[in-house]
Amino acid sequence: MSTHEWPLWEVFIRSKQGLNHKHVGSLRAADATMALENARDVYTRRSEGISIWVVESNYVHANDPSDADAFFDPSDTKIYRHPTFYEVPDGIKHM
Amino acid sequence: MKELSIAELEAKFQDKIDREIKIEPNDWMPDAYRKTLIRQISQHAHSEVVGMLPEGNWITRAPNLRRKAVLLAKVQDEAGHGLYLYSSVETLGADRESTIDDMHAGKAKYSSIFNYPALTWADIGAIGWLVDGAAIMNQVALCRTSYGPYARAMVKICKEESFHQRQGYESLAVLAKGSPEQKAMAQDALNRFWWPALMMFGPSDADSPHSAQSIKWKIKRLSNDELRQNFIDATVPQAELIGLTVPDSNLKWNESRGHYDFSPINWEEFYQVLEGNGPCNRERIEARRKAKENGMWVREAANAFAAKRAMKKTA
Repeated sequence: MSTHEWPLWEVFIRSKQGLNHKHVGSLRAADATMALENARDVYTRRSEGISIWVVESNYVHANDPSDADAFFDPSDTKIYRHPTFYEVPDGIKHM
Repeated sequence: MKELSIAELEAKFQDKIDREIKIEPNDWMPDAYRKTLIRQISQHAHSEVVGMLPEGNWITRAPNLRRKAVLLAKVQDEAGHGLYLYSSVETLGADRESTIDDMHAGKAKYSSIFNYPALTWADIGAIGWLVDGAAIMNQVALCRTSYGPYARAMVKICKEESFHQRQGYESLAVLAKGSPEQKAMAQDALNRFWWPALMMFGPSDADSPHSAQSIKWKIKRLSNDELRQNFIDATVPQAELIGLTVPDSNLKWNESRGHYDFSPINWEEFYQVLEGNGPCNRERIEARRKAKENGMWVREAANAFAAKRAMKKTA
């Protein structure tokens, strides 16, 4: 048995012009060309996409979910970043 | 940050589940939750892949080009579904190839329905209508399962599978309207696949060892018996409409329950097939093992080619 498995790739698909690429899943492939072709066959069998990105999963870095509270904490207290924080007189339009 | 004890982590975890917050790959989860998911999702993946075998057999013998194209597309979908599920197993830190080797060694199961042969063309219709129908009943419930990647795979699979059931039903309906021989063939397929399809939902709740914990963790959202009943209630009128008879003399609408009553299931047959004594168990595993071994050189060649191309690029 071969111990050398094909690397894992994350697949991102743009469903139509004007929208961003969105993560749809992953697959294994020997190289980027194969990853793109496999992604096409697996994730766009019903015209779900017009553009595909593949990224080797090794290169994805993520924050630690167990520290997520502390990590995202700085924005929780800054309610003045939202328009609803401000009072405007009644009758004001287009603001 | 203060270290939480296992009990505190477990309480936090269950609280998230209770509040319908999905669990994602890097989140803390109890070992038993992870293990249950790896077992369930990998067995689900194996079922998709083994499920291609009985149908793949009929691609070259489909009665016309339309049916052939449809069957080919369906089998191709099953391969894709296997892949979505293996990918979601991998997010749990399981090694995909070793889950596959476990199946080949008989340590991991796949749906027992695929150990029955597809003897006639009508069986292909019955498989689509009943087997995919039962699978969809189960999978629609799993779209709300608590593990994010599994739920997302299920949503995709359900979207794609709705045509699987329809094409099967359509093909059986055509046979049922055909010559007496064709109608008999359709009825015979229903006779053979009805009970195995009901067994697909697994043992009765009382005899299902993992069910209670899985429901508490919201891996399962409905019990085996509830899903089976829903399937029967939905399917019986479909059979009647195309003039086929469900092979159960005790089948009767129960007004007070609002459900069909049905005969007890022959669980001895289910356990026999599960233990490897069904008509096709050996053949299926043999086919999968051969596919892996005979495809090995392709994997190795692709690796060698990728390495060579990478070297040229850097040179």
